[in-house]
Amino acid sequence: MSGKGGGEGSAAMPSPLNPPHEWKFSQVFGERTAGEEVQEADIISAIEFDKSGDHLATGDRGGRVVLFERSDVKETMQYGSRRDLEKLDYTICRHPEFRYKTEFQSHEPEFDYLKSLEIEEKINKIRWCQTANGALFLLSTNDKTIKFWKVQEKKVKRLSEMNVDPPHTARNDRITSSTISSPKASLTNGGYSDRPHNLSNDFKFPPGGFPSLRLPMVACQGTSLASRCRRIYTHAHDYHINSISNNSDGETFISADDLRINLWNLEISSQSFNIVDVKPANMEDLTEVITSSEFHPSQCNTLAYSSSKGSIRLIDLRQSALCDNHSKLFEEHETPGSRSFFTEIIASISDIKFSKDGRHILSRDYMTLKLWDINMNSGPVASFQVHEYLRPKLCDLYENDSIFDKFECCLSGDGARVATGSYSNLFRVFGSFGSNEATTLEASKNPMRKQVATPAKPMRSLTRSIRRAAEIPRVDANGNSHNLSSKLLHLAWHPSENSIACAAANSLYMYYA
Amino acid sequence: MAMLDEPLYPIAILIDELKNEDIQLRLNSIRRLSTIARALGEERTRKELIPFLSENNDDDDEVLLAMAEELGVFIPYVGGVEYAHVLLPPLETLCTVEETCVRDKAVESLCRIGLQMKESEIVDWFVPLAKRLAAGEWFTARVSSCGLFHIAYPSSPDMLKAELRSIYGQLCQDDMPMVRRSAASNLGKFASTVEQSHLKADVMSMFEDLTHDDQDSVRLLAVEGCASLGKLLEPSECVSHILPVIINFSQDKSWRVRYMVANQLYELSEAVGPETTRSELVPAYVRLLRDNEAEVRIAAAGKVTKFSQILGPELAIQHILPCVKDLSSDSSQHVRSALASVIMGMAPVLRKDATIEQLLPIFLSLLKDEFPDVRLNIISKLDQVNQVIGIDLLSQSLLPAIVELAEDKHWRVRLAIIEYIPLLASQLGVRFFDDKLGALCMQWLEDKVFSIRDAAANNLKRLAEEFGPEWAMQHIVPQVLDNMNNPHYLYRMTFLHAISLLSPVMGADITFQKLLPVIINASKDRPPVAFVTIILCGFRVPNIKFNVAKVLQSFLPIVDSSVVEKTIRPCLVELTEDPDMDVRYFAGQALQSCDQLMISG
Repeated sequence: MSGKGGGEGSAAMPSPLNPPHEWKFSQVFGERTAGEEVQEADIISAIEFDKSGDHLATGDRGGRVVLFERSDVKETMQYGSRRDLEKLDYTICRHPEFRYKTEFQSHEPEFDYLKSLEIEEKINKIRWCQTANGALFLLSTNDKTIKFWKVQEKKVKRLSEMNVDPPHTARNDRITSSTISSPKASLTNGGYSDRPHNLSNDFKFPPGGFPSLRLPMVACQGTSLASRCRRIYTHAHDYHINSISNNSDGETFISADDLRINLWNLEISSQSFNIVDVKPANMEDLTEVITSSEFHPSQCNTLAYSSSKGSIRLIDLRQSALCDNHSKLFEEHETPGSRSFFTEIIASISDIKFSKDGRHILSRDYMTLKLWDINMNSGPVASFQVHEYLRPKLCDLYENDSIFDKFECCLSGDGARVATGSYSNLFRVFGSFGSNEATTLEASKNPMRKQVATPAKPMRSLTRSIRRAAEIPRVDANGNSHNLSSKLLHLAWHPSENSIACAAANSLYMYYA
Repeated sequence: MAMLDEPLYPIAILIDELKNEDIQLRLNSIRRLSTIARALGEERTRKELIPFLSENNDDDDEVLLAMAEELGVFIPYVGGVEYAHVLLPPLETLCTVEETCVRDKAVESLCRIGLQMKESEIVDWFVPLAKRLAAGEWFTARVSSCGLFHIAYPSSPDMLKAELRSIYGQLCQDDMPMVRRSAASNLGKFASTVEQSHLKADVMSMFEDLTHDDQDSVRLLAVEGCASLGKLLEPSECVSHILPVIINFSQDKSWRVRYMVANQLYELSEAVGPETTRSELVPAYVRLLRDNEAEVRIAAAGKVTKFSQILGPELAIQHILPCVKDLSSDSSQHVRSALASVIMGMAPVLRKDATIEQLLPIFLSLLKDEFPDVRLNIISKLDQVNQVIGIDLLSQSLLPAIVELAEDKHWRVRLAIIEYIPLLASQLGVRFFDDKLGALCMQWLEDKVFSIRDAAANNLKRLAEEFGPEWAMQHIVPQVLDNMNNPHYLYRMTFLHAISLLSPVMGADITFQKLLPVIINASKDRPPVAFVTIILCGFRVPNIKFNVAKVLQSFLPIVDSSVVEKTIRPCLVELTEDPDMDVRYFAGQALQSCDQLMISG
């Protein structure tokens, strides 16, 4: 078990077109100093790039959503064409860099009085929606409630030239309000002491109007980012929401909990349609729950959901209103004799992702990452061992509940590579087709640290696969080097560049190749 | 400080509040935009207010929505139609916001203004605006533009028309599904302004594109366009161009598209004419009636009657009736329920023999359906049935169903059936009603649910109207009066209510002789002595008493003025001295009415 780094499904040589990547550290946000305690609320629980890759959002257990924007290309867009051209060479070889944009409190802790349940504010998933008019839109969800957010630059305005001046001219920097009592008080004898909109009907307007009236002058004083919750989709899930996903039609999205998947219209928060319901009539017959669900990136009528039994079902929304019958089922048949107590637990799929072209589905279960072709349901086209060295320790992992950790997975924009997280803040990148590329990286400023430090293979000129082959047993041999508490659950691949964002506790690390 | 005349002060505030921090005040100011405009005068409205509004469009959606609405009727305030174009810029920016309802309202207002503009003005101002929006960077602008072409097109010269058609064609192929949806849903309106010659060439090819869209949501809207497009074309062209599309859609992979076809098929059949309907659409319709998806069958089942009417008896019996038979035992209750609500309409189409032979068994099986909705839908169309099959046959099968519904455990079902009782009564006749349903009507008065008791009281009144006071005197009044001794005050309230409803129907004499004494008695609200516990808990219930006051008030116009003076007034006077405040209040109210009656009478 220990010698194999990954890519077991692929026997071919590394493709010359796809040389293995040398991953480099790019950025870190929220880095801890040595010995600093991690605040529970700061732990990142969701990461998502938007479609263009110009923005990145993270959600945390404290219910906050933090937005980052790409800083390396933005500048070229902002300055004139001459500088644009000058920088062209430069920007091509540069990797994506992000900077903090804004953050907002998306969810607050709540209490369901009917069920006596606390509802955590933890952000389970973030999904970006269609940009419009320069404003960013995204959906964020906790266990029960989905919210639709708009983030937009708002002009900060300063008003002047009011008809009725505020009492203190020194305060004219704030937006004036006629609800201030003093101007009205001075006019009480005028009979307009109340809300002064009661113009009598026989009031005569001269044809030219009143020259003394004037409109407020508005002067713009820069901009500020404002986040507004536009819609709240709630009361539709009896169980915890594990995923949300936008449809390619731009007007609908799904939300999935353990037993049901609901379909929403973005503009209508008062109703949703139940499209999948796996709840048995008798809850004691329950054997399988929904663990993750995603819409096909381009076919509006196709969605996939994964289950705790390790199967992925593809659904055609055209077939019927309630899609309890899947149109395709992807399952790997277990090899006889290999069954153990843990077989079912580790088969549970924690995350699925469609590739950008919609041809493949990537799934992550506890021990492996599997790539499926949606036209072939006999078995995965490739499967990658993520941390095979843990297999003898499943019993311990079960004891301390680590076996139920839900690791996410992601594909590169071109679908040529896949990535997923592991323990000890490690994550792994595999070449998906035909290449046996398999890299292990640590979420730190020196992602290749482990490899470099390997004393037996000090020279970088050695082929990567050999070096890697040596590296995992070393970790294993150290015994304590796989740190179960520092698990890297969430990561996302930039949609068009070789750049990965991953969350190690409260820190967001970015790497490029 | 600005110097202002006092009368101008409210307007000045109104203007200032256009920029207030409080959204309610801003909203209020926007809603009074016409007042502001009149105060500024037409010229300053054009030169200052409208540009001001154009610049300040990053407000909350509620404010923008109100602004879009106000601007649609703003022509008089900017100096009439010749200046209408100044209103376009602020609406143009509102057409680009991301909130759909604001955009829709802005488009609506633009169309409203465009309809009033002169042709040359349309060409100078409106068409460029539509083109700008159609070429907008964000999809929101392009979505809005689709709704403007039917205004822009008719006034444009030929060159421009060609351009507009090609722009619309591009919108139908936009990258964003939202834009294509908007283009699809506005295609009918646009097509109605396009000349016949271009209709066939350009518009039909756009339609073709939309019907082949890979987004189901776009195809759905294209189906909706079928009917309106079909009506624009000559019948022969409709048959050659639209019909194949419809037939195709009726077999679409997506149930939502088929559902739309099922909903639209009747309108489509009007467009293609009865001949083609019989030959071409019937197979498609039959397929929809037998669709796999319940939602589609529901939509199709709801059109059974309308469709049969076009087909005539032979074809209906031959093609539709077998499907109806299957639907009556459909696995989905909603399908059966949809069928039950329209199936009675088929009877006149099929004529009597076929109805009794073929339809009646279906009808009876639906009446015995396990779901109350299905039974209710049949009963609600009872008058139609009666005409066809006659009362004897009907009553045999009907009564068990009614009795069962009357005792259903869901109170909403009971409520629904009570509402049909007067209809039943009129169809069944007095004799039959007394035998079977009279007892039920009394039983509901003592239902556990207030809504049912309330409805039951109303029902008595409607029955009294149906069968006349004499019948009511025999069959309703004695029971109701007896029950005024009911130990439970809530039931006494119900009977009190029933009495007040009955009295106008029964007339002065009966009210005086029979009803009034009971009411007067109730004003003391003494429960029967036997119920010792109640006497101990509370001897008199104020709720009864103030309701008595209300009932007495309602009696005033019915009975003689002597009766008022002799009987009602003393009773009310006594109630005004009641320890309970509410009783005193309502008794006082009733006494006031007494006095007024005396003065006017």
